[in-house]
Amino acid sequence: MSLTVQRTSQSTARPGRLAAALLALAGTIGLAACGTGSGGASNQGGVEESTITVYAAASLAAPFTALAESFEAEVPGSTVRLNFAGSADLATQIIEGAPADVFASADTATLARVQEAGGVAGSVQELATNTPALVVPSANPMGIETLADLERPDIKLVLCAPQVPCGAAARNLAEAAGVRLAPVSEENSVTAVLGKVTAGEADAGFVYRTDAMRAGDAVRTIPVPDAADAAVTYPIAVTAGAAGSGREELARKFVQYVTGEQGQSVLTDAGFGRP
Amino acid sequence: MNGGPASTRPAQDGTAGLGTRLPAAGRQSGRQGTTGLPAAVFVFAAAGTVLVLLPLLAMALRVDWAGFWPLITSDGALAALGLSLRTATASTLVCLLLGTPLALVLARSSFPGRKLLRALVLLPLVLPPVVGGMALLYTFGRQGLLGSTLELWGIQIAFTTTAVVLAQSFVALPFLVLSVEASLRSAGSRYEQAAATLGARPATVLRRVTLPLLLPALASGTVLCFARALGEFGATLTFAGSLTGMTRTLPLEIYLQRETDPDAAVALSMLLVAAAVVIVALTYGRTGLRNGVRR
Repeated sequence: MSLTVQRTSQSTARPGRLAAALLALAGTIGLAACGTGSGGASNQGGVEESTITVYAAASLAAPFTALAESFEAEVPGSTVRLNFAGSADLATQIIEGAPADVFASADTATLARVQEAGGVAGSVQELATNTPALVVPSANPMGIETLADLERPDIKLVLCAPQVPCGAAARNLAEAAGVRLAPVSEENSVTAVLGKVTAGEADAGFVYRTDAMRAGDAVRTIPVPDAADAAVTYPIAVTAGAAGSGREELARKFVQYVTGEQGQSVLTDAGFGRP
Repeated sequence: MNGGPASTRPAQDGTAGLGTRLPAAGRQSGRQGTTGLPAAVFVFAAAGTVLVLLPLLAMALRVDWAGFWPLITSDGALAALGLSLRTATASTLVCLLLGTPLALVLARSSFPGRKLLRALVLLPLVLPPVVGGMALLYTFGRQGLLGSTLELWGIQIAFTTTAVVLAQSFVALPFLVLSVEASLRSAGSRYEQAAATLGARPATVLRRVTLPLLLPALASGTVLCFARALGEFGATLTFAGSLTGMTRTLPLEIYLQRETDPDAAVALSMLLVAAAVVIVALTYGRTGLRNGVRR
């Protein structure tokens, strides 16, 4: 900003005027920014007792949407706003100050990152587990029957990248079975892997059990022994942003609800395991 | 509301002085300096500049400059950078080869549906990249319109570097067509007509008159094309996949690094920004100079 003002004023007959105009504009932008900020905060403050915002891993979208609805029915007057995305994206947003009250991540490492940054209030609870699943297009054109088939060079295998939780889980599973994986693509998300398998672009892919169930007839799941040993844990926590606000109690209630009996049965129906 | 005084006050007094002096300070726009601009225009222009530059500045402030060099020279980063440079070069060549004739046809011939074709060719400019990626997938993918035929011929596109080049060419082509076509239109066809009257065949006219006249536009179009290819992300991710050294270009590497190592992602982003700045400056500087000379 200061750079712009300086350059303009050098070449102006009345440097004061234009500089003043620019400064006024800068002020306007600043004020506008403040306005939105405080407006948002006060807005939230107005409904603080009854509305919570839940950031959850994309794979939790279906069960959490159902759970939010039944929770709202259970706690009259409450509203649960849901935001689903990749866990890493959500974690970054929360660390940067996004208005989340509850965070449910698809892996412990991501939630630990938020915790280290001071974004978590109280203890982290285990919400559910998920198991890597080997899926092939429903027609299974390459006739894949076992994990070891993946070593065949003619098979186009798609995985998540090792940096992404589903990629790490798939590699753990293969390593335990002594199978070498040579993927043709390392995707950023489990949905991208599933998409390439259902579209028939890939001959096989590693997703989670819940994704394979959600995909229904579009894919076939190849049973892998000891897949449960490579299970990942989904943790959930109330954020530091909710702590001390009027929303903390409701946020804790929601965490209790989804980790409780009712929440667990919905999650199990979606293919998740109990922690 | 607060913008009121900022925009009206300087406009009350004669702003011609402002207008004549400001552009005169610029290097290449001396000819246009005789027409003044109301001060309000400069105010909004400044706001526009802030809108573009402030986020880049904010990102630069987040760069871990101490670790910058190791971050951008990691194996993954170098592989991604190398792949990006190779594929962007290849797709720029594809665009030159296909885009130049396309621009010539659009600017110099007349047939039914030409305007519609022109609009359609420019579509990749406005389409969301993921849509472009899906369209490519349904064309060249293994189950796509051409995919199974190509596979019969032993040509595999899915998950190969070829897919990256295709995605980049798809999104970059309009940039070349636009700049070449615009240059053809603004140049008019006087010289071509004169050459034709003197007995030159169409091929000779194209080679000796049209193409030489086009060189500056071809140069700037090529550079823009390259820059767009370098930045291509969405279509590549959707269509080509992501594998080190094969399909994971720099933008894809940035997206992946962001999952676990935001510092590395920011450092690589700055590298890409720097490359883009150099490229755009190169083009923009040339364009300004050329226009000044020609008019």
